[in-house]
Amino acid sequence: MHEMMVAQNLVATILAEASKHNAKPIGAKISCGKLYAINNEALCFAFEAIAKGTVCEDVKLEIEHKPIRGQCKNCSQNFEVEFSSPRCPKCGSEDFELLPDAPLMLEEIEFETE
Amino acid sequence: MTKVNIGKKILSANEEYAFKNSRFLAEHKILCLNMISSPGSGKTTILGRTINELKDEIRIGVIEGDIQTEIDAERIRATEAPVVQINTNGACHLSAAQVSGALEHLPTDGLDLIFIENVGNLVCPSAFELGESGKIAVLSVPEGDDKPAKYPVIFAKSKALLINKIDLLEPAGWVDFDIKRVKTDARKLNKGIEIFSISAKTGAGFANWCEWLKKSVKNLRYD
Repeated sequence: MHEMMVAQNLVATILAEASKHNAKPIGAKISCGKLYAINNEALCFAFEAIAKGTVCEDVKLEIEHKPIRGQCKNCSQNFEVEFSSPRCPKCGSEDFELLPDAPLMLEEIEFETE
Repeated sequence: MTKVNIGKKILSANEEYAFKNSRFLAEHKILCLNMISSPGSGKTTILGRTINELKDEIRIGVIEGDIQTEIDAERIRATEAPVVQINTNGACHLSAAQVSGALEHLPTDGLDLIFIENVGNLVCPSAFELGESGKIAVLSVPEGDDKPAKYPVIFAKSKALLINKIDLLEPAGWVDFDIKRVKTDARKLNKGIEIFSISAKTGAGFANWCEWLKKSVKNLRYD
């Protein structure tokens, strides 16, 4: 349930943006690499609990999971890593380096218009 | 309804602390290893034996992470190594800010190696960078040989894997565990991972593990 810490940071970031734009947020789009192992249900549950009583209360989350990327140590090809059978699609090598995971990003906020 | 592009990192606070920790450790030429496993895999027992075996060669400090209690810190204190206990009060992983606070309470000028013993959990700690030099995954044989296949992230991200409690395997035969399967599955995710089969109870396999630690500390010192 590391989603709790993510939700705390997410609520704080949206609150700061809401006060900057002086508007009520109703939706937020976030993205994260799959290595973060974010479970949508757990994140929404934690978000709801933390956002309660704040201007973020009605925010609906949309979560995009970005694929894990690796770089082949044999031919340097960049590719999407499938943990069930990681293999370079170009040369077939199984020797690869895991590339840094896509960061947890708040991509977009939807605000209510008066 | 208006949509506004934001493009902000959500965990930037943790990243900033992680960066600060890694810079501090590099300046002090300290190797820092973040140990991650399920609860009960033997992390603290491994640390106790490692500290004792390397007593005359490497100066080791420990940061202990647990939801509550000082139990682990007390066990490390018995070895006379400096230790700081972090209590997360419910959180299932350590954060870089907590580690940054703990580093201030360790005598870092006199240390070569710091072990961070993360909260026992095979999933959550792997998502939070602490500023460490590398992660060490620990898997004990009673947990089963399917763990790298079922929890791939930590095995994919680790520098080394310790397979602990091998004294329970043949000839004692208390536990069925296919050590070859674990090695194959872990190397499929991470070809360069160093794997040590050990028993923190009997000391089996510790010579190779300690040799690797000494080599890693030396490489960092003369980097």
